[in-house]
Amino acid sequence: MRRLVWPAAVLVLLLALNVFFTPSFLSIQVRDGHLYGSLIDILRFGAPLILVAIGMTLVIATGGIDLSVGSVVAISGALACLQISQDAGLFTAVALALGLCLLLGAWNGFLVAGIGIQPIIATLILMVAGRGLAQLITGGQIITVNSPAYKMIGGGYWLTVPFGIVIVAVVLAVTAFLTRRLALGMLIESVGGNAEASRLAGIRSRGIIVMVYAFAALCAGVAGLMISSNVSSADGNNAGLWIELDAILAVVIGGTSLAGGRFSLAGTVLGALIIQTLTTTIYSIGVPPETTLLFKALVVAAVCLIQSPSFREKVFHRRRRAVAPAPATDEKVRVTT
Amino acid sequence: MSTLTLGRGRVPAKYLPVLVTGCLFVAMFAAGGIRYEGFASGQVVLNVFIDNAFLLVVAIGLTFVILTGGIDLSVGSVVALSTMIAAALMEGPGWPPYLVIPLVLAVGSGLGLVMGYVVHAFDIQPFIVTLAGMFLARGLCYTIGTDSIPIADPAFTVFAQTRIDLFADLWISPSVVIAVVVVLVAAYVLHYTRFGRTVYAAGGNEQSALLMGLPVGRTKIAVYTISGFCSALGGLLLSFYMLSGYGLHAVGMELDAIAAVVIGGTLLTGGSGFLLGTVLGVLVLGLIQTIISFEGTLLSWWTKIFIGMLLFVFIVLQRLFSGGSRR
Repeated sequence: MRRLVWPAAVLVLLLALNVFFTPSFLSIQVRDGHLYGSLIDILRFGAPLILVAIGMTLVIATGGIDLSVGSVVAISGALACLQISQDAGLFTAVALALGLCLLLGAWNGFLVAGIGIQPIIATLILMVAGRGLAQLITGGQIITVNSPAYKMIGGGYWLTVPFGIVIVAVVLAVTAFLTRRLALGMLIESVGGNAEASRLAGIRSRGIIVMVYAFAALCAGVAGLMISSNVSSADGNNAGLWIELDAILAVVIGGTSLAGGRFSLAGTVLGALIIQTLTTTIYSIGVPPETTLLFKALVVAAVCLIQSPSFREKVFHRRRRAVAPAPATDEKVRVTT
Repeated sequence: MSTLTLGRGRVPAKYLPVLVTGCLFVAMFAAGGIRYEGFASGQVVLNVFIDNAFLLVVAIGLTFVILTGGIDLSVGSVVALSTMIAAALMEGPGWPPYLVIPLVLAVGSGLGLVMGYVVHAFDIQPFIVTLAGMFLARGLCYTIGTDSIPIADPAFTVFAQTRIDLFADLWISPSVVIAVVVVLVAAYVLHYTRFGRTVYAAGGNEQSALLMGLPVGRTKIAVYTISGFCSALGGLLLSFYMLSGYGLHAVGMELDAIAAVVIGGTLLTGGSGFLLGTVLGVLVLGLIQTIISFEGTLLSWWTKIFIGMLLFVFIVLQRLFSGGSRR
């Protein structure tokens, strides 16, 4: 729980900043039977990122990383929109798209667990080739679809709640149940700690690694459906561009170490919300759009620095030293760690 | 493949990845020469150099970082930032090139220095630090201006249009000369100096390097600084090539550079690889683009799919040849 304190504090700070600039920021109202409000918007627009980040958390927990999710987002949206534009049913389109994503994820997992390629390279292959694949599916065009049923996935409402938020809540609940109530989470963390030792202890390390990559791709696929459905079109070139970086950031901000071995789903959701709130904040407090990235870089740097134990130690150390000189050995110890 | 298996007895295993890439390049060039008219000329190879001089310089900087087991995602953004700073300073206040060029190089090196310091001092993963650096540099580009700024400075245009004639109608651009000089200097530093050996040692096993009393921290900071410097230099070469500064220049170039280093046989875990491999990696990437432009009917996304497939084939080959010894 303690490691959630910093991300939570940053999120509260960002929200407070918003309330300061727009006092009505926190208000949520029901209009035409739909929930409206800035907070709902953050959740709604942040839904794809949260989904991708949930999948990424499990991958990172095994000590891996998945750079290909952005391309998978594009492929999933492209295939679904292509199917629907060719008069396929909604179910067929969604099933085909998600099936392909599972396959792509399993491919990533096979490269990592089966052949033993470093995760960052293994998924770099699909990141580069997948973007080309998505453009191949759309033929380099932007496919627009006109299907109210498909529009529902990313833009619809269910009992006043935006449907995307419902999907995220369901995925989050299922993932949390599987990993925290069953042994799966522990197995994943054990594989992340030491895959070989886990295998010797009787855990099917390879199976678990393939599974987490497939799951990450599936999450990315659903996110891709949401993104393309929200705008009723598929853009193989730009859909999900750089979402993998945002997702990795969300996971790291949420306190999951890139080294693997432990993970925090709640932290990841907090991290994704911070990133989405940041985007909203930028618009609401009137930072010029040109400096958006600059602002983001500064916040990211600040959050990462605050979370780094050695940064806190150094800053804290310096203040303490002003009062009483610290033991001189401390400096040497830190160099060797 | 069979020739390589034969060669295994004679060639030390550490040279194999580079050899594979070299053979791949030759094979691709031969295939292109058979398939397309006018492909098998020296100028085609030189054009690959001319079009990719900036990528070559950037990939060389990145090789240093990757050899220590780190990664630098900020290179593409730093390239863009360099073109932007150069263009903005020369077009706006009208600074002369002899002031602008050192400033751009200093900014790039400075960014690298700061990232290296943060990586070393605060134990934050290089991936995250340089990701923040990537956002920062790209953000600075847009803060300077959102439009493309043309460069009309006479020195830059002369530099862009100069052809250096070699023998028999072959020619190169001055950028290629700079890139080759960078390659030579980097190869010397990496393979023949104490600093270069420390880079390998730090990447091979940081703990052992520390216990040997090597200045690992200083080396880590230095490699990010080198990468920043090379990115800035690459940015200058790109602004010679494009004659403009633009915040959207070199988007996604970090991936090309990483792919080039990996195709060149350098392990991302650090400690193993050669500069020559990186050079070959850049050439292979450039040759793919040339082949696709010769093919004509092939569309641009096939470039990406090809590079992906090539990465895959190459990495699997590397796994096979390096055997189960390293994981």
